[in-house]
Amino acid sequence: MSATQAVTGDRPDHRTAEATLAHQCLYYMSMMRELEDRIERKLYRQGKIVGGVYVGRGQEAIPVGTALLAGPEDILLPSHRDMAVFLIRGVSPGRILAQYMGRTGGLTRGRDGNMHMGDMKHGVISIISALAATVPVATGVAMALRYRGSNGVAFSYFGDGATSRGDWHEGVNFAAVQKLPVVFICNNNQYAYSTPLSLQMACANVADRGPAYNIPAEIVDGNDALAVHTATRRAVEHARSGKGPYLLECKTFRMTGHSAHDAAHYVPKSLFDEWGKLDPIVRLEARMLEEGWADAAEIEQNRALVRKQVDEAVEWAESSPLPDPSTLLDDVYESQ
Amino acid sequence: MPTTYLEAIREGMWEEMERDPNVFLLGEDIGVYGGAFKVTAGFFEHFGAKRVVDTPISEAAIAGAAIGAGLMGLRPVAEMQFADFITCGFDQIVNFAAKCRYRWGAAVPIVVRAPSGGGIHGGPFHSQNPEMWFVRTPGLKVVAPATAYDAKGLIKSAIRDNDPVIFFEHKGLYRKIKEELPAEEYTVPIGKAKVVREGRDLTIVTYGSMVWVALEAAGKLAEEGASVEIVDLRTLVPLDRDTVCESVRKTSKVLLLHEDTRTGGMAGELAATITENIWEFLDGPILRVTAPDTPVPYSPPLEEAFLPNCDKVLEKARWLWKY
Repeated sequence: MSATQAVTGDRPDHRTAEATLAHQCLYYMSMMRELEDRIERKLYRQGKIVGGVYVGRGQEAIPVGTALLAGPEDILLPSHRDMAVFLIRGVSPGRILAQYMGRTGGLTRGRDGNMHMGDMKHGVISIISALAATVPVATGVAMALRYRGSNGVAFSYFGDGATSRGDWHEGVNFAAVQKLPVVFICNNNQYAYSTPLSLQMACANVADRGPAYNIPAEIVDGNDALAVHTATRRAVEHARSGKGPYLLECKTFRMTGHSAHDAAHYVPKSLFDEWGKLDPIVRLEARMLEEGWADAAEIEQNRALVRKQVDEAVEWAESSPLPDPSTLLDDVYESQ
Repeated sequence: MPTTYLEAIREGMWEEMERDPNVFLLGEDIGVYGGAFKVTAGFFEHFGAKRVVDTPISEAAIAGAAIGAGLMGLRPVAEMQFADFITCGFDQIVNFAAKCRYRWGAAVPIVVRAPSGGGIHGGPFHSQNPEMWFVRTPGLKVVAPATAYDAKGLIKSAIRDNDPVIFFEHKGLYRKIKEELPAEEYTVPIGKAKVVREGRDLTIVTYGSMVWVALEAAGKLAEEGASVEIVDLRTLVPLDRDTVCESVRKTSKVLLLHEDTRTGGMAGELAATITENIWEFLDGPILRVTAPDTPVPYSPPLEEAFLPNCDKVLEKARWLWKY
């Protein structure tokens, strides 16, 4: 079964638009979860991934609920916990794993790791490690979209911690002044590495920063893919209609340490327990059963499909060659 | 009618904007006001607000937005009001723009214009020569023209280049030098140095404003009987090592000259290059004339003491010639 079939199921005609969307969300969230579980709990521990691993466990609803609204002309600038953006834009799971493993099949051919990747063919721009650096870049993307008369929108992703950086404020301010089509999407998972939000900013919400730039700001339950999707639709319509940027704050929680080597002892266990009950995948599955959008067999079918596809992706990535050291000097410039 | 260095940059940008609708400008006060140095005077009126974008005081946003637009296939030319302020957009340039192609194969065809250099009593924050911050960042090209001809030809090449180019224009030269430029269109290739004066006894390798100091010194040395060759690098990255080495192989003596401060300056890289490649042709030590390792001071006697000048070059050059 192909990914498309998995998403649409074998009875697409019988599904309402809402049910179809729920199936899409479930597929991409499950795929991201399974890939990241494999990356963090298996491949990293086996030494097959040598560099940093930063997962978005528990936060999958944010990249999925937002990116499913991106059209072909739109450009996305995902942050480091937004793997599903790549999946939705058509980057295969195998290439994502190859990227993590430093193989030539990854989007950076071994030049960079984890989510530090992009491909303009898929309309995805790579993050760099300095957080919020992509925010002014998103502003420039939106300038170019408008310059060309395109109807496209830039999707700018960042975490709560990134909003402390000057680049964030400069990028948002410039976009607001120019009334550019950017949707600013905050994954507020309440921790920036070990630093809680209370030491990151004095305002209660990232959305509180919106009025300072005279842009609409909205808070949404970041663990509810359908709610994220609905809010993003409002944000995208606003931006696409020429009204300027929109700030969407998705409240969630980082269910892991900052990275695979961080056990997050500094996070009170009660928070993990509390937010663990709000797992976006478990919640969506329950909702789908409750609404009659899926039966138990379909839910299980989705899980099995994702596991099988990830098995195949791991195999593909492991067979992708490591880069040849003779290519070290290539591509610093167009011609050298 | 002769064209000034400043007008040459203007003309180059103007022609490229007429030629390619993807070229646009962004920066502080560049629109209605025409730029702090008036390099973009008249552009806003002719090309409009879409292609001449006045920005907030926000260098990271200027550099970042240029990168975003560049990734989309436009050709932005971003103006830093003074090269000194490029620090505020540093991360965007050295971490974002410089590494895109190597990391994920994405072209960032942007130009960042940086009015640099001292001699105008600008003090510590309006006089610096920060080229080496970029010279040692792989992925960036760095250009520093000395003449009106090269300024026009190189800004045009920089705009057409598919990699990020940092364009250092010496603001002390803006209105000081002028020359007749060809009526027909031309470009100057990035990465090619030029022998601006031929000689036999000694080579001075330099760039930017110091080309003029070197020429003045060479004229005086000629009266004393020394035949000095001058290599104007014009581009710092990619560095035209062949032209430098060819000249030094011929004269066997070399003096390296720049307005930038000493430690980690271009002269160090040139000295290493010459030693590695043509050590056996040298008939004397490689000497440097540079600014000292201090901030650029404001008061005229201090700034004069700071900047390399003809006398400082003559002193070292005479010694080396007679060595």
